Amino acid sequence: MWRWLHPYAKPEATYRLVDKMLPWFAGLTVISLLVGMVWGLAFAPADYQQGDSYRIIYIHVPAAIFSMGAYFGMAICGAIALIWQIKTAEWALPAIAPVGAAMTAIALFTGAIWGKPMWGTWWVWDARLTSELILLFLYIGVMALYAAFDDARTGAKAASILAIVGVVNLPIIHYSVEWWNTLHQGATITKFERPSIANSMLWPLLISLLGFMLLTATLVLMRYKNQLLKHELNRPWAQAELAQASSTSAEEKR
Amino acid sequence: MTALQLWRSVLSKDLRLAARRRSDAINPLIFLLMVITLFPLGVGPGPDILARIAPGIIWVAALLATLLGVDRIFKDDYADGSLEQLCLLPQPLAFTVSAKMVSHWLLSGLPLVILSPLLALLLSLPGDAYAALSASLLLGTPALSALAAIGASLTLPLQRGSALVSLILLPLFIPILIFATSAVESAGMGMAVHGQLAILAAISVLTVTLAPLAVAAGVRMSVN
Repeated sequence: MWRWLHPYAKPEATYRLVDKMLPWFAGLTVISLLVGMVWGLAFAPADYQQGDSYRIIYIHVPAAIFSMGAYFGMAICGAIALIWQIKTAEWALPAIAPVGAAMTAIALFTGAIWGKPMWGTWWVWDARLTSELILLFLYIGVMALYAAFDDARTGAKAASILAIVGVVNLPIIHYSVEWWNTLHQGATITKFERPSIANSMLWPLLISLLGFMLLTATLVLMRYKNQLLKHELNRPWAQAELAQASSTSAEEKR
Repeated sequence: MTALQLWRSVLSKDLRLAARRRSDAINPLIFLLMVITLFPLGVGPGPDILARIAPGIIWVAALLATLLGVDRIFKDDYADGSLEQLCLLPQPLAFTVSAKMVSHWLLSGLPLVILSPLLALLLSLPGDAYAALSASLLLGTPALSALAAIGASLTLPLQRGSALVSLILLPLFIPILIFATSAVESAGMGMAVHGQLAILAAISVLTVTLAPLAVAAGVRMSVN
């Protein structure tokens, strides 16, 4: 595996890989999000109790899951950056953090919209809601710490350490509905048991999950590409890349 | 010099410095007392409302007082270069910096535990909850000091890091706040508090054992 991975410590090779992957991710994102959203929001049957308002799960659940997934990915990149001192891993942190923070904000916002008709309130200090809010604060902390240093490498190291420390929050979020048993409902889909949701509602949810996963990956890759260019701006390969991009866009204009 | 001797000398140096510059250690405590004083004036001195919000106020004030002491942990050693020397020594840095965490706790956590009956009295906390308040502070503040050391190590090279330290640390403090105040509230209602105190103790044991590794990594990053 190392033989396969080590070329990607070189920014240029990583850039080429990301460049090749990006169109695939973007295309699959559009397809799966379209299918998942249209199926879930328009064609899946309405819930016998909640009516149509349950449909927010097709956005809320995927956003919440990948708010945590993005954080975990960011912490892994931080660990790789700290342990093997690979700078291409360091640059993944500023690429992932805002995307993850946006996912967290979407999860909190859609949850509030659903909570108003169902629970009668926009916000309760429930364990899951609070821990998800802490996740948003952690993202903000990582971004602020990364931006606070003049030297990007020091900032990346500090942010990596903070990201790793913050991982303790992830199991708290995941198990909060079991440990505290407050207002937020328990998990609907689990790996080992039959999901407590009808198949006609489950399939669009799974496709939305895939769509949000690909969306997160696409946004991260786009940001990561920019990070690679930004940090390597004075290298010949980056200059060549930019010159080529500007010449093609000039041709398109003509 | 063995690692243990080094640990002791770092700790005794910190305590001696604090004894010679008492205001550094005492000011956060006075700040805490003042914050506590503001609440009866702000929300009204009625004992029932004070008693209900007392656990939260005392704990939030404790978190803020912990933040005030964060700068003290590494700043001076960083400025005069002795932190760099500690990094160069063969003794494990994670163990050495744990002495810094202990000195921070002795100077900011322990006084809080000792002061807590007075604070409880000022906010007319029910008599049953006094012991739970002291116990929650005794079990919770070590974790606060350990986390504070992480925050301090990460923001060392920054000129104006104090706002950033709060931003980083307060989210990490929240679980401790939740369990501690829940313990004090349960005690006030005459319920068992062992569960919450056990979780606080577990959080403290976990943070105190693992935080030195993060602090050492942070110090090395800052010194470079």
